[in-house]
Amino acid sequence: MANKIANRAVMCEVLKEAASKDKNVVVLCSDSRGSASLASFADTYPEQFVEVGIAEQNLVSIAAGLASCGKIPFAVSPASFISTRSYEQCKVDCAYSDMNVKLIGISGGVSYGALGMTHHSAQDIAAMSAIPNMRVYLPSDRFQTRCVFEELLKDHKTAYVRIGRNPVEDVYSEGNVPFKMDKATVLAEGSDVLIVACGELVKAAKDSAELLKAKNISAGVLDMYCVKPLDSEGLLSAAKGKKLIITVEEHSPFGGLGSMVAQVISANDPKKVVNLSLPDAPVITGKSQEVFAHYGMNAEGIAKKVAEILG
Amino acid sequence: MRKLGNVKKLSATAFDIRRNALDIIMAGGGGHIGGDMSEAEILLTLYERMNVTPETQDSPDRDRFVLSKGHCVETLYAVLSYEGFMKLDEVLAKFSRFGSEYIGHPHNTLPGIEMNSGSLGHGLSVSVGMALAGKMDKKAYRVYTLMGDGELAEGSVWEGAAAAGHYRLDNLCAIVDHNHLQISGNVDEVLSPGDIGARFAASGWNVLKISNGNDIAQISSALDEAEKTKIHPTVIIAETTKGKGSALIENKASWHHKLPTQEEYEKIAADIAAYKEAVLNG
Ligand SMILES: Cc1ncc(C[n+]2csc(CCOP(=O)(O)OP(=O)(O)O)c2C)c(N)n1
Ligand SMILES: [Mg+2]
Repeated sequence: MANKIANRAVMCEVLKEAASKDKNVVVLCSDSRGSASLASFADTYPEQFVEVGIAEQNLVSIAAGLASCGKIPFAVSPASFISTRSYEQCKVDCAYSDMNVKLIGISGGVSYGALGMTHHSAQDIAAMSAIPNMRVYLPSDRFQTRCVFEELLKDHKTAYVRIGRNPVEDVYSEGNVPFKMDKATVLAEGSDVLIVACGELVKAAKDSAELLKAKNISAGVLDMYCVKPLDSEGLLSAAKGKKLIITVEEHSPFGGLGSMVAQVISANDPKKVVNLSLPDAPVITGKSQEVFAHYGMNAEGIAKKVAEILG
Repeated sequence: MRKLGNVKKLSATAFDIRRNALDIIMAGGGGHIGGDMSEAEILLTLYERMNVTPETQDSPDRDRFVLSKGHCVETLYAVLSYEGFMKLDEVLAKFSRFGSEYIGHPHNTLPGIEMNSGSLGHGLSVSVGMALAGKMDKKAYRVYTLMGDGELAEGSVWEGAAAAGHYRLDNLCAIVDHNHLQISGNVDEVLSPGDIGARFAASGWNVLKISNGNDIAQISSALDEAEKTKIHPTVIIAETTKGKGSALIENKASWHHKLPTQEEYEKIAADIAAYKEAVLNG
Protein backbone atom coordinates (compact mmCIF):
# COMPACT_ATOMS: atom_id res chain seq x y z
CA MET A 1 0.00 0.00 0.00
CA ALA A 2 1.42 3.33 -1.05
CA ASN A 3 -0.09 5.71 1.51
CA LYS A 4 1.54 5.71 4.93
CA ILE A 5 -0.25 8.77 6.35
CA ALA A 6 -3.15 7.96 8.67
CA ASN A 7 -6.26 10.14 8.63
CA ARG A 8 -5.65 11.00 12.28
CA ALA A 9 -2.25 12.46 11.37
CA VAL A 10 -3.98 14.69 8.82
CA MET A 11 -6.44 15.77 11.51
CA CYS A 12 -3.49 16.85 13.68
CA GLU A 13 -2.02 18.86 10.80
CA VAL A 14 -5.28 20.70 10.13
CA LEU A 15 -5.86 21.40 13.82
CA LYS A 16 -2.32 22.74 14.22
CA GLU A 17 -2.84 25.07 11.27
CA ALA A 18 -6.11 26.25 12.79
CA ALA A 19 -4.61 26.67 16.26
CA SER A 20 -1.82 28.85 14.88
CA LYS A 21 -4.39 31.22 13.40
CA ASP A 22 -6.99 31.19 16.17
CA LYS A 23 -6.13 30.80 19.83
CA ASN A 24 -9.71 29.76 20.56
CA VAL A 25 -9.14 26.45 18.83
CA VAL A 26 -8.58 23.94 21.63
CA VAL A 27 -8.04 20.20 21.62
CA LEU A 28 -9.09 17.94 24.50
CA CYS A 29 -7.82 14.40 25.03
CA SER A 30 -8.51 11.67 27.57
CA ASP A 31 -5.11 9.96 27.82
CA SER A 32 -5.59 9.56 24.09
CA ARG A 33 -3.15 12.05 22.56
CA GLY A 34 -0.87 9.28 21.31
CA SER A 35 -3.67 7.22 19.77
CA ALA A 36 -5.05 10.41 18.26
CA SER A 37 -1.69 11.44 16.77
CA LEU A 38 -2.14 14.68 18.70
CA ALA A 39 1.03 14.57 20.80
CA SER A 40 2.64 17.11 18.48
CA PHE A 41 -0.40 19.39 18.87
CA ALA A 42 -0.03 19.16 22.65
CA ASP A 43 3.68 19.94 22.41
CA THR A 44 3.26 22.83 19.97
CA TYR A 45 0.19 24.46 21.54
CA PRO A 46 0.24 23.50 25.22
CA GLU A 47 -1.97 26.49 26.07
CA GLN A 48 -4.61 25.24 23.66
CA PHE A 49 -4.52 21.64 24.81
CA VAL A 50 -6.52 20.18 27.70
CA GLU A 51 -5.76 16.75 29.11
CA VAL A 52 -8.61 15.35 31.21
CA GLY A 53 -7.18 11.92 32.00
CA ILE A 54 -9.12 8.71 31.45
CA ALA A 55 -12.51 10.36 31.86
CA GLU A 56 -14.48 10.49 28.63
CA GLN A 57 -17.69 11.86 30.12
CA ASN A 58 -15.78 14.72 31.67
CA LEU A 59 -14.00 15.23 28.33
CA VAL A 60 -17.23 15.95 26.50
CA SER A 61 -18.86 18.08 29.19
CA ILE A 62 -15.73 20.19 29.64
CA ALA A 63 -15.65 20.70 25.88
CA ALA A 64 -19.25 21.92 26.00
CA GLY A 65 -18.42 24.35 28.77
CA LEU A 66 -15.46 25.67 26.80
CA ALA A 67 -17.68 26.07 23.74
CA SER A 68 -20.24 28.04 25.72
CA CYS A 69 -17.47 30.55 26.46
CA GLY A 70 -16.51 30.98 22.83
CA LYS A 71 -13.80 28.35 22.53
CA ILE A 72 -13.70 26.03 19.53
CA PRO A 73 -13.14 22.64 21.13
CA PHE A 74 -12.26 19.36 19.44
CA ALA A 75 -12.79 16.52 21.92
CA VAL A 76 -10.78 13.54 20.72
CA SER A 77 -11.10 10.04 22.16
CA PRO A 78 -11.54 6.51 20.81
CA ALA A 79 -14.84 6.26 18.92
CA SER A 80 -15.93 3.34 21.09
CA PHE A 81 -15.74 5.39 24.29
CA ILE A 82 -16.86 8.81 23.09
CA SER A 83 -19.96 7.36 21.42
CA THR A 84 -21.06 5.11 24.29
CA ARG A 85 -19.45 6.17 27.57
CA SER A 86 -20.08 9.86 26.86
CA TYR A 87 -23.30 9.42 24.96
CA GLU A 88 -25.47 11.46 27.27
CA GLN A 89 -22.88 14.22 27.43
CA CYS A 90 -22.85 14.28 23.61
CA LYS A 91 -26.63 14.42 23.54
CA VAL A 92 -27.36 16.91 26.32
CA ASP A 93 -24.29 19.12 26.68
CA CYS A 94 -23.35 19.29 23.00
CA ALA A 95 -26.20 18.66 20.56
CA TYR A 96 -29.21 19.60 22.69
CA SER A 97 -27.48 22.67 24.11
CA ASP A 98 -26.37 23.55 20.58
CA MET A 99 -22.69 23.88 21.42
CA ASN A 100 -19.90 24.17 18.93
CA VAL A 101 -18.19 20.97 20.02
CA LYS A 102 -16.52 18.75 17.47
CA LEU A 103 -16.53 15.20 18.78
CA ILE A 104 -13.82 13.15 17.15
CA GLY A 105 -13.97 9.37 17.42
CA ILE A 106 -10.56 7.93 16.65
CA SER A 107 -9.65 4.29 15.99
CA GLY A 108 -13.22 3.86 14.81
CA GLY A 109 -15.02 0.75 13.63
CA VAL A 110 -12.90 -2.35 14.08
CA SER A 111 -9.52 -0.60 13.87
CA TYR A 112 -8.55 -1.98 17.26
CA GLY A 113 -8.81 -5.54 15.90
CA ALA A 114 -8.04 -8.16 18.52
CA LEU A 115 -8.81 -5.83 21.42
CA GLY A 116 -12.43 -6.86 21.02
CA MET A 117 -15.85 -5.34 21.41
CA THR A 118 -14.99 -2.94 24.24
CA HIS A 119 -12.78 -1.16 21.73
CA HIS A 120 -14.86 -1.53 18.58
CA SER A 121 -17.35 1.16 17.60
CA ALA A 122 -19.90 -0.59 15.45
CA GLN A 123 -22.80 1.37 16.90
CA ASP A 124 -21.60 4.95 16.73
CA ILE A 125 -23.35 5.93 13.49
CA ALA A 126 -26.70 4.73 14.82
CA ALA A 127 -26.21 6.25 18.26
CA MET A 128 -24.96 9.62 17.11
CA SER A 129 -27.37 9.93 14.18
CA ALA A 130 -30.33 9.41 16.48
CA ILE A 131 -29.47 12.61 18.36
CA PRO A 132 -31.25 15.68 16.98
CA ASN A 133 -28.84 18.42 15.94
CA MET A 134 -25.92 15.99 15.68
CA ARG A 135 -24.12 15.58 12.37
CA VAL A 136 -22.12 12.46 11.54
CA TYR A 137 -19.15 12.30 9.15
CA LEU A 138 -16.97 9.39 8.11
CA PRO A 139 -14.27 10.60 5.73
CA SER A 140 -12.90 8.00 3.35
CA ASP A 141 -9.25 8.94 3.02
CA ARG A 142 -6.62 11.46 4.13
CA PHE A 143 -7.53 14.00 1.45
CA GLN A 144 -11.18 13.99 2.34
CA THR A 145 -10.35 14.06 6.06
CA ARG A 146 -8.62 17.39 5.48
CA CYS A 147 -11.67 18.76 3.64
CA VAL A 148 -14.08 17.69 6.38
CA PHE A 149 -12.00 19.20 9.18
CA GLU A 150 -11.45 22.44 7.28
CA GLU A 151 -15.22 22.75 6.76
CA LEU A 152 -16.03 21.92 10.38
CA LEU A 153 -13.70 24.71 11.49
CA LYS A 154 -15.94 27.12 9.62
CA ASP A 155 -19.23 26.27 11.30
CA HIS A 156 -20.44 26.61 14.87
CA LYS A 157 -22.46 23.49 15.50
CA THR A 158 -21.95 20.09 17.04
CA ALA A 159 -20.63 17.30 14.86
CA TYR A 160 -19.24 13.80 15.27
CA VAL A 161 -16.46 12.57 13.02
CA ARG A 162 -15.27 8.97 12.98
CA ILE A 163 -11.82 8.17 11.70
CA GLY A 164 -9.82 4.95 11.76
CA ARG A 165 -6.48 4.06 13.22
CA ASN A 166 -4.26 2.88 10.40
CA PRO A 167 -3.34 4.56 7.12
CA VAL A 168 -5.83 3.66 4.41
CA GLU A 169 -5.36 3.57 0.68
CA ASP A 170 -6.15 6.80 -1.10
CA VAL A 171 -9.50 7.26 -2.78
CA TYR A 172 -8.60 10.70 -4.08
CA SER A 173 -5.27 12.25 -5.00
CA GLU A 174 -3.38 15.48 -4.48
CA GLY A 175 -5.20 18.20 -6.40
CA ASN A 176 -8.07 15.91 -7.28
CA VAL A 177 -10.44 15.94 -4.33
CA PRO A 178 -13.93 16.79 -5.47
CA PHE A 179 -15.67 17.90 -2.27
CA LYS A 180 -18.72 19.85 -1.33
CA MET A 181 -19.79 19.87 2.31
CA ASP A 182 -22.80 17.63 2.96
CA LYS A 183 -22.92 16.49 -0.68
CA ALA A 184 -21.96 12.91 -1.51
CA THR A 185 -19.11 12.55 -3.96
CA VAL A 186 -19.75 10.58 -7.14
CA LEU A 187 -16.78 8.28 -7.66
CA ALA A 188 -18.09 6.33 -10.63
CA GLU A 189 -21.12 6.51 -12.89
CA GLY A 190 -22.83 3.27 -13.78
CA SER A 191 -26.12 1.93 -15.04
CA ASP A 192 -26.84 -1.38 -13.26
CA VAL A 193 -26.09 -0.96 -9.59
CA LEU A 194 -25.29 1.86 -7.21
CA ILE A 195 -22.81 1.18 -4.42
CA VAL A 196 -23.03 3.63 -1.53
CA ALA A 197 -20.25 3.53 1.05
CA CYS A 198 -18.80 5.64 3.82
CA GLY A 199 -15.54 5.86 5.71
CA GLU A 200 -12.77 3.44 5.07
CA LEU A 201 -14.90 1.10 2.97
CA VAL A 202 -15.30 3.64 0.17
CA LYS A 203 -12.03 2.42 -1.34
CA ALA A 204 -13.34 -1.16 -1.38
CA ALA A 205 -16.55 0.06 -3.03
CA LYS A 206 -14.57 1.92 -5.68
CA ASP A 207 -12.38 -1.11 -6.37
CA SER A 208 -15.38 -3.41 -6.55
CA ALA A 209 -16.79 -1.33 -9.41
CA GLU A 210 -13.63 -2.13 -11.36
CA LEU A 211 -14.02 -5.83 -10.64
CA LEU A 212 -17.65 -5.67 -11.75
CA LYS A 213 -16.66 -4.15 -15.09
CA ALA A 214 -14.95 -7.42 -15.93
CA LYS A 215 -18.30 -9.13 -15.32
CA ASN A 216 -20.06 -6.66 -17.57
CA ILE A 217 -21.85 -5.06 -14.65
CA SER A 218 -21.85 -1.29 -14.67
CA ALA A 219 -21.63 0.10 -11.14
CA GLY A 220 -21.99 3.65 -9.87
CA VAL A 221 -20.19 4.49 -6.65
CA LEU A 222 -21.13 7.15 -4.12
CA ASP A 223 -18.91 8.33 -1.27
CA MET A 224 -21.48 9.20 1.40
CA TYR A 225 -19.03 10.58 3.97
CA CYS A 226 -21.89 12.80 5.22
CA VAL A 227 -23.99 10.09 6.82
CA LYS A 228 -26.00 12.73 8.61
CA PRO A 229 -27.26 14.93 7.06
CA LEU A 230 -27.48 12.20 4.44
CA ASP A 231 -27.32 13.66 0.96
CA SER A 232 -30.77 12.42 -0.14
CA GLU A 233 -30.76 14.46 -3.31
CA GLY A 234 -27.42 13.10 -4.42
CA LEU A 235 -28.50 9.60 -3.45
CA LEU A 236 -31.78 9.71 -5.38
CA SER A 237 -30.15 11.18 -8.44
CA ALA A 238 -27.41 8.51 -8.43
CA ALA A 239 -29.97 5.78 -7.76
CA LYS A 240 -32.13 6.74 -10.72
CA GLY A 241 -32.60 3.85 -13.16
CA LYS A 242 -30.50 1.40 -11.12
CA LYS A 243 -31.80 -2.11 -10.46
CA LEU A 244 -30.09 -2.42 -7.13
CA ILE A 245 -28.55 -0.36 -4.35
CA ILE A 246 -25.76 -1.83 -2.23
CA THR A 247 -24.57 -0.09 0.91
CA VAL A 248 -21.25 -0.84 2.59
CA GLU A 249 -20.31 0.27 6.09
CA GLU A 250 -18.06 -0.62 9.00
CA HIS A 251 -20.99 -0.70 11.39
CA SER A 252 -23.69 -2.90 12.85
CA PRO A 253 -26.51 -3.79 10.45
CA PHE A 254 -28.88 -1.53 12.36
CA GLY A 255 -29.29 2.20 12.20
CA GLY A 256 -26.29 3.00 10.08
CA LEU A 257 -25.73 4.06 6.49
CA GLY A 258 -27.70 1.10 5.11
CA SER A 259 -30.75 1.85 7.22
CA MET A 260 -30.70 5.51 6.25
CA VAL A 261 -30.22 4.84 2.55
CA ALA A 262 -33.02 2.27 2.61
CA GLN A 263 -35.33 4.80 4.26
CA VAL A 264 -34.74 7.41 1.58
CA ILE A 265 -34.93 4.94 -1.31
CA SER A 266 -38.09 3.21 -0.09
CA ALA A 267 -39.89 6.51 0.43
CA ASN A 268 -38.97 8.01 -2.92
CA ASP A 269 -37.91 5.48 -5.51
CA PRO A 270 -38.53 1.97 -4.12
CA LYS A 271 -36.12 -0.72 -5.25
CA LYS A 272 -33.96 -3.38 -3.71
CA VAL A 273 -31.44 -2.14 -1.14
CA VAL A 274 -28.92 -4.62 0.26
CA ASN A 275 -26.71 -3.70 3.20
CA LEU A 276 -23.20 -5.06 3.69
CA SER A 277 -22.12 -4.50 7.26
CA LEU A 278 -20.60 -6.06 10.31
CA PRO A 279 -22.80 -8.70 11.96
CA ASP A 280 -25.16 -8.27 14.90
CA ALA A 281 -22.59 -10.04 17.06
CA PRO A 282 -19.12 -9.45 18.46
CA VAL A 283 -16.86 -9.12 15.45
CA ILE A 284 -14.48 -11.97 14.65
CA THR A 285 -10.95 -11.41 16.01
CA GLY A 286 -8.67 -10.04 13.33
CA LYS A 287 -7.12 -7.06 11.61
CA SER A 288 -9.49 -4.73 9.75
CA GLN A 289 -8.76 -6.19 6.32
CA GLU A 290 -9.19 -9.77 7.61
CA VAL A 291 -12.47 -8.80 9.21
CA PHE A 292 -13.75 -7.11 6.04
CA ALA A 293 -12.75 -10.10 3.92
CA HIS A 294 -14.47 -12.45 6.35
CA TYR A 295 -17.78 -10.61 6.16
CA GLY A 296 -17.61 -10.00 2.41
CA MET A 297 -17.06 -6.27 2.80
CA ASN A 298 -13.88 -5.97 0.72
CA ALA A 299 -13.83 -5.25 -3.02
CA GLU A 300 -14.11 -8.94 -3.92
CA GLY A 301 -16.94 -9.50 -1.44
CA ILE A 302 -18.93 -6.52 -2.67
CA ALA A 303 -18.48 -7.53 -6.33
CA LYS A 304 -19.47 -11.10 -5.53
CA LYS A 305 -22.63 -10.00 -3.77
CA VAL A 306 -23.65 -7.70 -6.62
CA ALA A 307 -23.00 -10.39 -9.22
CA GLU A 308 -24.99 -12.91 -7.17
CA ILE A 309 -28.02 -10.66 -6.99
CA LEU A 310 -27.90 -9.38 -10.55
CA GLY A 311 -26.51 -12.62 -12.00
CA MET B 1 -9.04 -17.58 51.44
CA ARG B 2 -6.52 -20.35 51.15
CA LYS B 3 -3.17 -20.28 52.91
CA LEU B 4 -0.24 -19.10 50.87
CA GLY B 5 2.49 -21.63 49.98
CA ASN B 6 6.23 -21.05 49.97
CA VAL B 7 6.70 -17.33 49.40
CA LYS B 8 10.20 -17.58 47.96
CA LYS B 9 9.12 -20.18 45.43
CA LEU B 10 6.08 -18.14 44.46
CA SER B 11 8.15 -15.00 44.15
CA ALA B 12 10.30 -16.84 41.62
CA THR B 13 7.19 -18.13 39.88
CA ALA B 14 6.06 -14.52 39.40
CA PHE B 15 8.99 -14.13 37.03
CA ASP B 16 7.94 -17.25 35.10
CA ILE B 17 4.53 -15.60 34.84
CA ARG B 18 6.20 -12.47 33.43
CA ARG B 19 8.16 -14.51 30.92
CA ASN B 20 4.99 -16.26 29.79
CA ALA B 21 3.12 -12.95 29.51
CA LEU B 22 6.01 -11.62 27.43
CA ASP B 23 5.86 -14.66 25.16
CA ILE B 24 2.09 -14.24 24.79
CA ILE B 25 2.63 -10.63 23.73
CA MET B 26 5.28 -11.63 21.21
CA ALA B 27 3.10 -14.45 19.86
CA GLY B 28 0.13 -12.15 19.33
CA GLY B 29 2.10 -9.19 18.08
CA GLY B 30 0.96 -6.78 20.77
CA GLY B 31 -0.12 -6.30 24.35
CA HIS B 32 0.16 -4.08 27.40
CA ILE B 33 3.57 -5.06 28.63
CA GLY B 34 4.10 -2.31 31.23
CA GLY B 35 0.96 -2.99 33.26
CA ASP B 36 1.32 -6.75 32.74
CA MET B 37 4.64 -6.63 34.52
CA SER B 38 3.43 -4.45 37.39
CA GLU B 39 0.48 -6.69 38.28
CA ALA B 40 2.22 -10.10 38.18
CA GLU B 41 2.60 -10.67 41.94
CA ILE B 42 -0.86 -9.29 42.68
CA LEU B 43 -2.63 -11.65 40.28
CA LEU B 44 -0.51 -14.63 41.28
CA THR B 45 -1.09 -14.07 44.99
CA LEU B 46 -4.81 -13.62 44.43
CA TYR B 47 -5.21 -16.81 42.43
CA GLU B 48 -3.04 -18.75 44.89
CA ARG B 49 -5.30 -17.65 47.72
CA MET B 50 -8.83 -17.18 46.37
CA ASN B 51 -11.33 -19.96 46.89
CA VAL B 52 -11.58 -20.80 43.23
CA THR B 53 -9.94 -23.57 41.23
CA PRO B 54 -10.62 -25.04 37.79
CA GLU B 55 -12.83 -27.56 39.59
CA THR B 56 -14.86 -24.98 41.51
CA GLN B 57 -14.96 -22.23 38.90
CA ASP B 58 -18.72 -22.62 38.47
CA SER B 59 -19.53 -23.00 42.15
CA PRO B 60 -21.85 -20.29 43.48
CA ASP B 61 -19.59 -20.15 46.55
CA ARG B 62 -16.38 -19.34 44.72
CA ASP B 63 -14.41 -16.16 45.27
CA ARG B 64 -14.59 -13.77 42.33
CA PHE B 65 -11.99 -11.62 40.62
CA VAL B 66 -12.56 -8.89 38.04
CA LEU B 67 -9.59 -7.47 36.14
CA SER B 68 -10.84 -3.92 35.81
CA LYS B 69 -7.61 -2.87 34.07
CA GLY B 70 -8.51 -5.38 31.39
CA HIS B 71 -5.81 -4.26 29.00
CA CYS B 72 -3.32 -6.26 31.08
CA VAL B 73 -4.89 -9.57 30.09
CA GLU B 74 -1.64 -11.28 29.09
CA THR B 75 -0.55 -11.72 32.72
CA LEU B 76 -4.06 -12.91 33.57
CA TYR B 77 -3.76 -15.56 30.83
CA ALA B 78 -0.35 -16.54 32.19
CA VAL B 79 -1.67 -16.85 35.76
CA LEU B 80 -4.83 -18.70 34.69
CA SER B 81 -2.61 -21.10 32.74
CA TYR B 82 -0.33 -21.60 35.75
CA GLU B 83 -3.38 -22.30 37.91
CA GLY B 84 -4.75 -24.85 35.44
CA PHE B 85 -7.77 -22.92 34.13
CA MET B 86 -6.39 -22.74 30.60
CA LYS B 87 -3.47 -24.12 28.62
CA LEU B 88 -0.49 -21.88 27.96
CA ASP B 89 0.29 -23.62 24.65
CA GLU B 90 -3.18 -22.86 23.42
CA VAL B 91 -2.96 -19.22 24.52
CA LEU B 92 0.40 -18.86 22.76
CA ALA B 93 -0.93 -20.43 19.59
CA LYS B 94 -4.10 -18.39 19.47
CA PHE B 95 -3.60 -15.04 21.18
CA SER B 96 -4.91 -12.20 18.98
CA ARG B 97 -4.92 -14.45 15.91
CA PHE B 98 -7.67 -14.38 13.31
CA GLY B 99 -10.82 -15.99 14.68
CA SER B 100 -9.37 -16.46 18.16
CA GLU B 101 -11.28 -16.34 21.44
CA TYR B 102 -8.08 -15.29 23.22
CA ILE B 103 -8.42 -11.58 22.54
CA GLY B 104 -6.60 -8.60 24.00
CA HIS B 105 -9.04 -8.15 26.89
CA PRO B 106 -10.70 -10.54 29.37
CA HIS B 107 -13.68 -12.39 27.96
CA ASN B 108 -15.96 -14.52 30.10
CA THR B 109 -16.43 -17.29 27.56
CA LEU B 110 -12.91 -18.33 28.60
CA PRO B 111 -12.41 -20.50 31.71
CA GLY B 112 -11.69 -18.65 34.93
CA ILE B 113 -12.77 -15.25 33.65
CA GLU B 114 -15.82 -13.81 35.38
CA MET B 115 -16.49 -10.66 33.44
CA ASN B 116 -15.64 -8.93 30.19
CA SER B 117 -13.55 -5.83 30.61
CA GLY B 118 -11.32 -3.50 28.65
CA SER B 119 -13.24 -0.29 28.98
CA LEU B 120 -11.75 1.19 32.12
CA GLY B 121 -13.82 2.16 35.14
CA HIS B 122 -16.33 -0.72 35.11
CA GLY B 123 -14.68 -3.33 37.33
CA LEU B 124 -15.34 -1.78 40.70
CA SER B 125 -19.05 -1.26 40.08
CA VAL B 126 -19.44 -4.77 38.68
CA SER B 127 -17.64 -6.08 41.76
CA VAL B 128 -20.02 -4.11 43.97
CA GLY B 129 -22.86 -6.00 42.29
CA MET B 130 -21.17 -9.34 42.95
CA ALA B 131 -20.49 -8.45 46.56
CA LEU B 132 -24.03 -7.21 47.05
CA ALA B 133 -25.39 -10.50 45.66
CA GLY B 134 -23.15 -12.31 48.15
CA LYS B 135 -24.70 -10.35 50.99
CA MET B 136 -28.24 -10.95 49.70
CA ASP B 137 -27.61 -14.67 49.45
CA LYS B 138 -25.69 -14.81 52.74
CA LYS B 139 -22.69 -16.34 51.00
CA ALA B 140 -19.17 -16.31 52.38
CA TYR B 141 -17.39 -15.66 49.10
CA ARG B 142 -15.19 -12.63 48.60
CA VAL B 143 -14.87 -10.35 45.61
CA TYR B 144 -11.63 -8.82 44.35
CA THR B 145 -10.92 -6.32 41.63
CA LEU B 146 -7.73 -4.76 40.32
CA MET B 147 -7.71 -1.22 38.94
CA GLY B 148 -5.03 0.91 37.34
CA ASP B 149 -4.09 4.25 38.87
CA GLY B 150 -4.80 6.09 35.61
CA GLU B 151 -8.17 4.35 35.61
CA LEU B 152 -9.08 6.19 38.82
CA ALA B 153 -9.83 9.27 36.69
CA GLU B 154 -13.07 7.62 35.57
CA GLY B 155 -15.96 9.06 37.57
CA SER B 156 -17.65 5.66 37.65
CA VAL B 157 -14.90 4.38 39.95
CA TRP B 158 -16.07 6.82 42.61
CA GLU B 159 -19.73 5.96 42.10
CA GLY B 160 -18.75 2.34 42.75
CA ALA B 161 -16.70 3.36 45.78
CA ALA B 162 -19.63 5.24 47.29
CA ALA B 163 -21.98 2.30 46.78
CA ALA B 164 -19.54 -0.15 48.36
CA GLY B 165 -19.18 2.04 51.44
CA HIS B 166 -22.90 2.68 51.64
CA TYR B 167 -23.79 -1.01 51.49
CA ARG B 168 -20.99 -1.95 53.91
CA LEU B 169 -19.49 -4.44 51.52
CA ASP B 170 -16.78 -5.92 53.72
CA ASN B 171 -16.70 -8.89 51.34
CA LEU B 172 -15.20 -6.60 48.69
CA CYS B 173 -11.53 -5.83 48.27
CA ALA B 174 -10.28 -3.46 45.58
CA ILE B 175 -6.59 -3.25 44.71
CA VAL B 176 -5.01 -0.29 42.98
CA ASP B 177 -1.94 -1.10 40.87
CA HIS B 178 -0.24 2.17 41.75
CA ASN B 179 2.57 2.20 39.20
CA HIS B 180 2.31 5.97 38.73
CA LEU B 181 2.14 5.74 34.95
CA GLN B 182 -0.54 5.70 32.28
CA ILE B 183 -0.32 6.00 28.47
CA SER B 184 0.51 9.69 28.24
CA GLY B 185 2.96 9.81 31.13
CA ASN B 186 3.05 10.20 34.88
CA VAL B 187 -0.39 9.91 36.47
CA ASP B 188 0.20 13.05 38.55
CA GLU B 189 1.03 15.02 35.44
CA VAL B 190 -1.73 13.63 33.21
CA LEU B 191 -4.52 14.06 35.74
CA SER B 192 -3.66 13.81 39.40
CA PRO B 193 -5.82 11.36 41.34
CA GLY B 194 -5.14 13.39 44.49
CA ASP B 195 -4.98 11.51 47.79
CA ILE B 196 -6.30 8.15 46.67
CA GLY B 197 -6.54 6.73 50.18
CA ALA B 198 -8.40 9.76 51.50
CA ARG B 199 -10.89 9.58 48.66
CA PHE B 200 -11.73 5.96 49.41
CA ALA B 201 -11.76 6.63 53.16
CA ALA B 202 -14.27 9.41 52.61
CA SER B 203 -16.67 6.79 51.21
CA GLY B 204 -16.24 4.54 54.21
CA TRP B 205 -13.45 2.28 53.03
CA ASN B 206 -10.72 0.64 55.06
CA VAL B 207 -7.55 1.88 53.36
CA LEU B 208 -4.37 -0.21 53.32
CA LYS B 209 -1.14 0.90 51.70
CA ILE B 210 1.67 -1.43 50.82
CA SER B 211 5.07 -0.01 50.02
CA ASN B 212 5.93 -2.81 47.58
CA GLY B 213 3.08 -4.21 45.55
CA ASN B 214 5.52 -6.52 43.81
CA ASP B 215 6.22 -8.26 47.13
CA ILE B 216 4.06 -11.33 47.62
CA ALA B 217 4.39 -11.33 51.41
CA GLN B 218 3.14 -7.75 51.62
CA ILE B 219 0.25 -8.44 49.25
CA SER B 220 -0.73 -11.55 51.15
CA SER B 221 -0.75 -9.92 54.58
CA ALA B 222 -2.82 -7.03 53.25
CA LEU B 223 -5.30 -9.57 51.88
CA ASP B 224 -5.42 -11.17 55.34
CA GLU B 225 -6.16 -7.84 56.93
CA ALA B 226 -8.85 -7.08 54.37
CA GLU B 227 -10.53 -10.37 55.14
CA LYS B 228 -10.56 -9.62 58.86
CA THR B 229 -12.05 -6.17 58.39
CA LYS B 230 -15.77 -6.04 59.08
CA ILE B 231 -18.34 -3.52 57.86
CA HIS B 232 -15.92 -1.62 55.61
CA PRO B 233 -14.79 -2.62 52.14
CA THR B 234 -11.00 -2.58 51.83
CA VAL B 235 -8.83 -0.94 49.23
CA ILE B 236 -5.18 -1.96 48.97
CA ILE B 237 -3.11 0.76 47.38
CA ALA B 238 -0.12 -1.15 46.09
CA GLU B 239 3.03 0.74 45.10
CA THR B 240 4.25 -1.18 42.07
CA THR B 241 6.83 -0.77 39.34
CA LYS B 242 5.46 -0.57 35.83
CA GLY B 243 7.49 -2.81 33.55
CA LYS B 244 8.95 -4.67 36.57
CA GLY B 245 11.36 -7.37 35.41
CA SER B 246 13.65 -5.53 33.05
CA ALA B 247 15.53 -2.25 33.38
CA LEU B 248 14.82 -1.69 29.69
CA ILE B 249 11.13 -1.11 30.32
CA GLU B 250 10.82 -0.33 34.03
CA ASN B 251 9.13 2.97 34.91
CA LYS B 252 8.87 4.06 31.30
CA ALA B 253 5.52 5.34 30.07
CA SER B 254 6.54 4.61 26.49
CA TRP B 255 6.43 0.90 27.35
CA HIS B 256 2.71 0.99 28.17
CA HIS B 257 1.88 -1.07 25.09
CA LYS B 258 4.98 -1.12 22.95
CA LEU B 259 5.83 -4.35 21.16
CA PRO B 260 9.47 -5.36 21.80
CA THR B 261 11.73 -5.98 18.82
CA GLN B 262 13.39 -9.41 18.74
CA GLU B 263 16.52 -7.88 20.27
CA GLU B 264 14.53 -6.14 23.01
CA TYR B 265 12.61 -9.34 23.63
CA GLU B 266 15.82 -11.24 24.26
CA LYS B 267 17.06 -8.55 26.61
CA ILE B 268 13.80 -8.44 28.58
CA ALA B 269 13.65 -12.25 28.79
CA ALA B 270 17.24 -12.37 30.05
CA ASP B 271 16.53 -9.69 32.66
CA ILE B 272 13.46 -11.56 33.86
CA ALA B 273 15.52 -14.74 34.19
CA ALA B 274 18.16 -12.83 36.18
CA TYR B 275 15.50 -11.48 38.54
CA LYS B 276 14.25 -15.00 39.09
CA GLU B 277 17.75 -16.24 39.85
CA ALA B 278 18.24 -13.43 42.33
CA VAL B 279 15.00 -14.33 44.11
CA LEU B 280 16.01 -18.00 44.34
CA ASN B 281 19.49 -17.11 45.62
CA GLY B 282 18.23 -14.36 47.91
C1 LIG C 1 -12.80 3.83 29.17
C2 LIG C 1 -11.45 3.68 28.59
N1 LIG C 1 -10.79 4.76 28.16
C3 LIG C 1 -9.58 4.61 27.58
C4 LIG C 1 -9.00 3.39 27.46
C5 LIG C 1 -7.67 3.23 26.77
N2 LIG C 1 -6.61 2.84 27.71
C6 LIG C 1 -6.17 1.58 27.82
S1 LIG C 1 -5.00 1.39 28.99
C7 LIG C 1 -5.04 3.03 29.36
C8 LIG C 1 -4.14 3.57 30.43
C9 LIG C 1 -4.37 2.90 31.73
O1 LIG C 1 -3.51 3.36 32.71
P1 LIG C 1 -3.57 2.71 34.15
O2 LIG C 1 -4.97 2.65 34.60
O3 LIG C 1 -2.62 3.46 35.02
O4 LIG C 1 -3.10 1.21 33.87
P2 LIG C 1 -1.64 0.54 33.96
O5 LIG C 1 -0.63 1.61 34.25
O6 LIG C 1 -1.72 -0.44 35.06
O7 LIG C 1 -1.42 -0.12 32.63
C10 LIG C 1 -5.97 3.70 28.55
C11 LIG C 1 -6.23 5.14 28.59
C12 LIG C 1 -9.74 2.28 27.92
N3 LIG C 1 -9.26 1.02 27.80
N4 LIG C 1 -10.94 2.44 28.49
MG1 LIG D 1 -0.83 3.00 35.95
